[in-house]
Parts: sequence; C-alpha cells; structure tokens
Amino acid sequence: MSIFQLSITELAQGLRDGEFSSVELTKNYLERIKQHPELNCFVTLTEDHALSAANLADQRLANGTAEILTGIPIAQKDIFCTLGVKTTCGSKMLDNFIAPYNATVVEKLNASGAVMLGKLNMDEFAMGSSNENSYYGPVKNPWNTQTVPGGSSGGSAAAVAARLIVATTGTDTGGSIRQPAAFCGITGLKPTYGRVSRYGMIAYASSLDQGGPMARSAEDAAILLQSMAGFDPKDSTSANTPVPDYRADLNKPLDGLKIGLPKEFFTADLNSDIAATLEKAINEFTKLGATITDVSMPNLQMAIPAYYIIAPAECSANLSRFDGVRYGYRCANPANLADLYTRSRGEAFGTEVKRRILIGTYALSAGYYDAYYLKAQKVRRLISDDFKKALAEVDVLMGPVTPSTAFDLNEKSNDPIQMYLSDIYTIAINLAGVPAMSIPAGFVDNMPVGLQIIGNFFAEDRLLNIAHQFQQVTDWHQRTPKGFE
Amino acid sequence: MSLCNDDVNKIAHLARLAIDPQDVDQYTQNLSSILDLIAQMNTLDTDQVKPMAHPLDQIQRLRPDLVTEVDQRELFQAIAPQIEAGLYLVPKVIE
Repeated sequence: MSIFQLSITELAQGLRDGEFSSVELTKNYLERIKQHPELNCFVTLTEDHALSAANLADQRLANGTAEILTGIPIAQKDIFCTLGVKTTCGSKMLDNFIAPYNATVVEKLNASGAVMLGKLNMDEFAMGSSNENSYYGPVKNPWNTQTVPGGSSGGSAAAVAARLIVATTGTDTGGSIRQPAAFCGITGLKPTYGRVSRYGMIAYASSLDQGGPMARSAEDAAILLQSMAGFDPKDSTSANTPVPDYRADLNKPLDGLKIGLPKEFFTADLNSDIAATLEKAINEFTKLGATITDVSMPNLQMAIPAYYIIAPAECSANLSRFDGVRYGYRCANPANLADLYTRSRGEAFGTEVKRRILIGTYALSAGYYDAYYLKAQKVRRLISDDFKKALAEVDVLMGPVTPSTAFDLNEKSNDPIQMYLSDIYTIAINLAGVPAMSIPAGFVDNMPVGLQIIGNFFAEDRLLNIAHQFQQVTDWHQRTPKGFE
Repeated sequence: MSLCNDDVNKIAHLARLAIDPQDVDQYTQNLSSILDLIAQMNTLDTDQVKPMAHPLDQIQRLRPDLVTEVDQRELFQAIAPQIEAGLYLVPKVIE
C-alpha cells in the first residue's frame, strides 16, 4: 500500500519500525503536495520549518521521547497564527501578516512533535461555504474539480481527501469543519464550544468559533483532538473540564445506543438520494445494536435567521481591529485618519466579509439592538433548549450534514442566500454549542455524502466511539478520489 | 425589511468601510434579502425567553492581577505598516 494511504497509527508504527524516517515521510508528502497545485489547497508551504521539525522528530523517535503524533505530517488551517510564518486567514488584509506568536493549537501540535508542512486555504475570515471567498482563489474538490470542496475549511478537507496530508486542523462557526468534510468524504469533528482553545485562532464570531480535527478516520481524528483539546488560561471562554483519553473507548460496542432522528432534518429540503443513503447508514447502527427514535426539534428552522444576526454582529466587532494602523494592509496615500481606516478596510476585505460587517453593524446600531441581536439571542436559547431536551431522551442525534452533495464552482457565489442555506443542518449545533461530527456515509452520483452525529456537551469520546464502530463495518472513509489513490 | 442605498452608505460609514459607489445597489439588494431571511425570527414568540449569550452560560473567569506579558514592542512593530521611534504613524489628526 502507498504510504499516502496509511493512518496515523500505521505511520507511527512505520516510524518506530524504521521503515521510514520522519524526514523521508515529510519529503514524500511535500513532493506530493507540489504535484497537485491544481487543487489550490495550500496558501503557504513551510518546507524549511517542516524539515527541521522532522529532524527533531527523528531524534525524539531515536531517544524514546516520541508521542503518537511525533513525526507525522499535518497542516494548519491558515486561521491559526504560526510564529514567523505568514498567517493570512484567506484575506488580502493579512497577506503580509507574519504572526508574532503561535496559536495554542499550534503550540500543542508542535509540542506533540507533529510536523507542520504548511498553511491551508480557506474562505476569507472563515466566512463562506465553498472556499470561493478566498483571496488566494478557490480550492477544488478532488472528487470532481468542477465542484467546490465546501468551506470555510475547504483547503483542510480537500488536502486530506486527496491524501496530500495525513490530517489537518479546521474551525467551525456554522459548519466550516463538517460541511467540507461531507463534501470531500472525510471525517471532521466540531468539538463542544470551549473544548479547543481559541487563543491565536483569528476570531470571526467568538461565541460560536471552535477549532477541531479533520482526518480520514475517527481514530485519526481522536489522536489529533487529544493533542488539540484542553483548558487554556489564555482563552477566557476555554472550558476547564478534564480531557478524557479519546482512544480508550473507540472499541466500545454500541449495544443499547439510543439514536434520535430529528424529523425537521428529514424534510423535502433534503435531496432524496442523500436521504436514502443516510437511511442505509443509520441502518448499519441498528445492526450494531442501536435503537432509533424519532424526535422533534421545532425551533431548528430558526437557526439560519438567528445565526445571520449573531455571527455578523460578533464579526463586525471582531473585524474592527483591522484598521491599517498596527499590522495588515494599509491603503496608499491616505488623506487623513478616517480615509486610512475606511479605504484600508474597503480595499482589503472581500465582498462576503463586507456584507457580514454591514449586517452586523446595522443590527448593533442605535435603535435596532432589541429587534435584532436580543431577539436572536432569545431564539438561540429556544434552539439550545431543543437540543437539551432531545439529548436528555437519546444519546446522540443523527442527520444530514448538507442538503446536497458538493455543488459546482460559481453555482452559488453570486447568491448569498442560497450559499447560507447550504449550512441549514450544521448551524444550529454551533448555536447550541454541542459537539458534532461528519463521517463518510456513502455516495450519490460518485460524490461523497456525510452523516452528521451530534452529541451532548463534552461527549466527543462518545461521538468518536460511534464513528469508529461505523468505520469498522463500512469502508466509505477509505475511498479515495480517482487520480489520488 | 428593505434598505435603500442611503441606509447602506450610512451603515458603511458606521463600519468605516469604503464601498465602491457602483457596488452600492448590489449591497442594498443583498442586505435587504438577508434581512428578509432574518425576519423569519419574528414568527417566534420570545417574550418570556431569557437571551443566551454563551452556550455553557459561563461567567467571565477572573485571574490574579499580576503582570504576565513582557514587552515585545520590536517584534510587534516589525509587521507594522509605518513606525517611527517606536510609535505607530498615522496621518496627522490635529492641524
């Protein structure tokens, strides 16, 4: 088997058995990344950094201080600050930004000995569902390069699907890990809000943003999450809850597992072929001993309206820091200070980012706060209560990740409403703050379909266990796009 | 809820965001349709509902009032658009 098909566990074994060194592995992966510029997954390749990290990893492997991730090639979404390395967040605003510090996630993965090969393309400031909003051009879906990989973590998903990298980091504010994972046929996990530190993760909507792993299998995702998760005093909303051993329960049988299917997820909006594919996947769980119950979550349909107030409101505040004064883009020859602010921002932000700043500014402006922001926060409570109620009756909820498979490039890029509706099944989870996964569950017209598994607060271990058991009896997660085998 | 071009220009000013005059029509149209989508919220009765600011209803954590940061002025200013004598330069504010 090609080394590009090996899992983290298999690679870690290969490194220990001396089949290859981390330097060799790193060079092989760098070579493969360079062979596929057409996918446009990477904004920056950090070749020198990677080779010196691989050298260090080989020393750790030799002297017995290696951990499971030591020497394994990974890549970071370009939203995570990396000391001394360009960190663009997919924006012209940060095209010249060399981060002066590491995000906590980057620190943690570096400390584990994982070798970062580069920074991954994404929708500008994580706003988008197709990766077409990147200043660096769209990423292509390796399953069909005429289609989008999803977004905003499009580079992360496409790179894993094409076997250009073993595993990646992503972030998810309204579906940005799960939707691209579904479109590209990989495994993605959005942890509980606060599980993974947001320090050094460039902020979009701070009450929703959450980093997480993207990998080929639940087992690999568990290994990555183990390193990423944990309390961080540098993040004021970091959860001070112990991190379990995410691999300890992977093999636990699913006997007696109670699965709830929200009826609001299975309506006419869902493509019928996807519905049939998901039905087959859910049937696998009954074979594994699970029972299925229908549940109702009546306020789910209000998730998109509430999200498009809360997220833009938070984004308009967060992105006010980009003013052309201390770092980032500055316009040429500003006439005065106001001109410097408005023109720097106007010239460096893309259309979707501007739209969201405008919506957020409007919703928070004098006289509108109660009608928009306060109303959205109340709707958020109702949605969150729906999840609490449903998850008191069942262990997990299952449903679609996306209403269709990956859509064509340019299909929705001029219609923001249609683009927003592609996140209809993922957004409510961020509003509630609970964890959710997307796992490969089949194909429709040769394009991957994702199954969403939603759990209770801090039940990442349970989600990973359920996903892993499914992946023991199915091989959807091992399918590789043609030309990338 | 429908906005007019003057509304969009006013919001853009509040956001300190330059919008190309030829793009204003498009923003007006897009923002109006986004606000229509948002207006669906108004079909829910939320009079008795407490607003939710945080998924875990956490309160702000406090830390001891100790100095934890060191001076990194040179590092931070190395990426600044324009500095002089350790200060960030902007166009003159007071004539």
